[in-house]
Amino acid sequence: MTQTLTHEWARFTPVQRMKRYVALMAVTLVVVWALGSIDVIWEWVWDAPIQLVDLFARMVPPDPTNLPSILEATWQTINIATIATMIAVVLSLPVAYISAQNTTPNVVCLWIGRFILVSSRSVNTIIWALLFVAIFGPGIIAGIIAIMFRSIGFLGKLLGEAIEEIDHAPIEALEACGASRFKVVMYGIVPQVMPAFFAISILRWDINLRESTVLGLVGAGGIGIILQGAIDTFQWQEVSMVLLTILALVIAGEVISSTMRKKLL
Amino acid sequence: MTTQTVWRKPPFIKSPAVRWVFYIAVAAYVIGTIATLPIDWERTAQGLTRAQRIFSGAFPPSFERSGLLISGFMESLKIAILATTLGMILSVPLAFMAARNISPKPVYLLGRGTFILARSFHPVIVAIIFVKAVGFGPLAGALTLTVYSIGFVAKLLAERIEEIDFGQVEAMRSVGASFFSTMVYAILPQIMPRLVGLGIYQLDSNLRASAVVGIVGAGGIGATLANAFGRYDYDFALAITMVIVGAILISEAVSGMIRKRMT
Amino acid sequence: MLEIKNLVKRYGKGAPVLKDLNLSVEGEQLMSIIGSSGAGKSTLLRCVNRLVEPTSGSITLNGTDFTTLGPKELRRARRRVGMVFQSFNLVDRLSVMENVQSGRLGYISTWAAVTRRYPAEDIERAFELMERVGIAQYADKRADELSGGERQRVGVVRALMQRPEILLADEPTASLDPKTSEQIMSLLRDLARELNLPVIINIHNVTEAKEYSDRIVGMRYGRIIFDDKPAALDAAQMDEIYAGTPSEDRQEMGAIA
Repeated sequence: MTQTLTHEWARFTPVQRMKRYVALMAVTLVVVWALGSIDVIWEWVWDAPIQLVDLFARMVPPDPTNLPSILEATWQTINIATIATMIAVVLSLPVAYISAQNTTPNVVCLWIGRFILVSSRSVNTIIWALLFVAIFGPGIIAGIIAIMFRSIGFLGKLLGEAIEEIDHAPIEALEACGASRFKVVMYGIVPQVMPAFFAISILRWDINLRESTVLGLVGAGGIGIILQGAIDTFQWQEVSMVLLTILALVIAGEVISSTMRKKLL
Repeated sequence: MTTQTVWRKPPFIKSPAVRWVFYIAVAAYVIGTIATLPIDWERTAQGLTRAQRIFSGAFPPSFERSGLLISGFMESLKIAILATTLGMILSVPLAFMAARNISPKPVYLLGRGTFILARSFHPVIVAIIFVKAVGFGPLAGALTLTVYSIGFVAKLLAERIEEIDFGQVEAMRSVGASFFSTMVYAILPQIMPRLVGLGIYQLDSNLRASAVVGIVGAGGIGATLANAFGRYDYDFALAITMVIVGAILISEAVSGMIRKRMT
Repeated sequence: MLEIKNLVKRYGKGAPVLKDLNLSVEGEQLMSIIGSSGAGKSTLLRCVNRLVEPTSGSITLNGTDFTTLGPKELRRARRRVGMVFQSFNLVDRLSVMENVQSGRLGYISTWAAVTRRYPAEDIERAFELMERVGIAQYADKRADELSGGERQRVGVVRALMQRPEILLADEPTASLDPKTSEQIMSLLRDLARELNLPVIINIHNVTEAKEYSDRIVGMRYGRIIFDDKPAALDAAQMDEIYAGTPSEDRQEMGAIA
């Protein structure tokens, strides 16, 4: 037993330990730098909890007098999300087809497809909405187009990946039968990507439902307009009513999308 | 014996009545909604000329006020870093609370309820509330993204804790370890890689989101963008958008690379 | 009649996989190609319908030279060559009937293909063939619900739907258990007789090849080194074809494969 006392034990070798310290130091430095140089008034920070509690106190109880117009705006929000998802799904099909490595007709198409995907994905829905509100004026159409533009990138990317993962063997068999390119796609590729297609579309619909709730804040229709109006006029009890409605909407969306997924797949 | 000469693909919905009701319902919804959308067609019709004006105003992008651009971007970066740090710190205890296998039921429900609430609201909505509560600026942004981080990190971390090998916890308990050392020895090592991975992912995702929450006044480059849009400085707005897209692509590549090397 | 002349296939810049190969097949015979892995059996078969592009040489089926065809003509020509695959290559998520009808994709209109409104005579023929091989009751089942032997029968029916002038089978029994694999072999032999169809089979199992074939071709390193009746294949020639493998081992391989 006494022998073991001469053994030294450390969890990490010195090099490992050094690496861990360096990483930890670097993280700490970055955080300290951010904390030190950020442009905030620290009194406000200490004051923040009080302000939040105060705001919350003004929100209860929720005021349901405006419920009919809130529900109407909610219905509009659902429509924006659903119609935009439907159109985006259709438009994303050719994009996915040309940006999947195994189906793209040529390299030029591949790069065009990838360019569409990257530009659509990198710009957030709200920024798209800002642009389309400037073009089409405030209203639902700017919202639908904004959601659509953002969704094409998401759907196209995931669908393209699904196409890249298909089993090539049936394709070979169909080609050996003398089927044309289009028929090979219809019989060999479409059935194989069908489950992924539904799963991705449902997922995006769920996301779009959430995104549609904020479009109104930049003037692009839906429940966000009512929220913005209530906030601007300091009607906090109506604000909390709108927030509760959004919460219900989002949770309902999640329930619907998970049941659809189970039913279809 | 006669062989069959007719074959139809069995339909997805077997009963024809249900099938047609379904088709008609979908068609009615689509046509009905599109027809009744409150669209101002006149305003929309002007869209193309407007778009032309915007795009001709946007090209070439103007980097003249790059000082403003850089300070806006740095502010976004700081907001993202602080929100990620704070979000991670708060997510760990919350995740333990919301893991079914180690928490008592009431604590579990409290933990789960917290991040479901945090997840349900789009960051822009959270931001607008914080802006009203604590004023314009990066503080509202950092708080918003902290909430956003909790919703994501705590949820995935809780799921990871629920997947751990519980035998290790039992082993620690059997040697008489306290609750805290059980956490440190049996659970933390199992979830550490996921925690670090989530942190890197969340930093990337907070950087994206900080561009957006700025639009409603929560600081960062999003505020710069919203200002440029508001003053019809479309050339500057394009420059900002290009920087945002570039930063997102770089941060996505970097975070992807780090996560790949870690696993 | 299928006539292959001076066929060479080279992948990239490596040594050729097929070296100046000559072969002709006619009548309703069932011909087996044997040879160790890498001898070029599969490449040879895929060169016939140009799933693999031959480097040089000519392949003529009943007067049409396949090697010179453009894309559109190639599709028309491929309809005349049926192919059966080792891993069946069915579209799993489609029904058996759709898989079978996909053999007619080279003939029917795009509209008929998309709407699944197949011509009446195609449906009749599909049911006839499916009844012949014993899978008619599965017409509306999904292809992935079937067992291996049943799936290969779907593959055979799909190839026969093309009304091919020749049937190629690339190790059609290698993914099946011994009993089903014998059933598929005898099915192929009987179909060759009934439909007056030359059948070329790539096969690893020498015992099966000897039992069911009218003619055996032995390949080694991209060349044909044996071409005769099964009875003429003796131990010495087997050794040559499967050089490097002692004959005792090989017999065991033949028994279990």
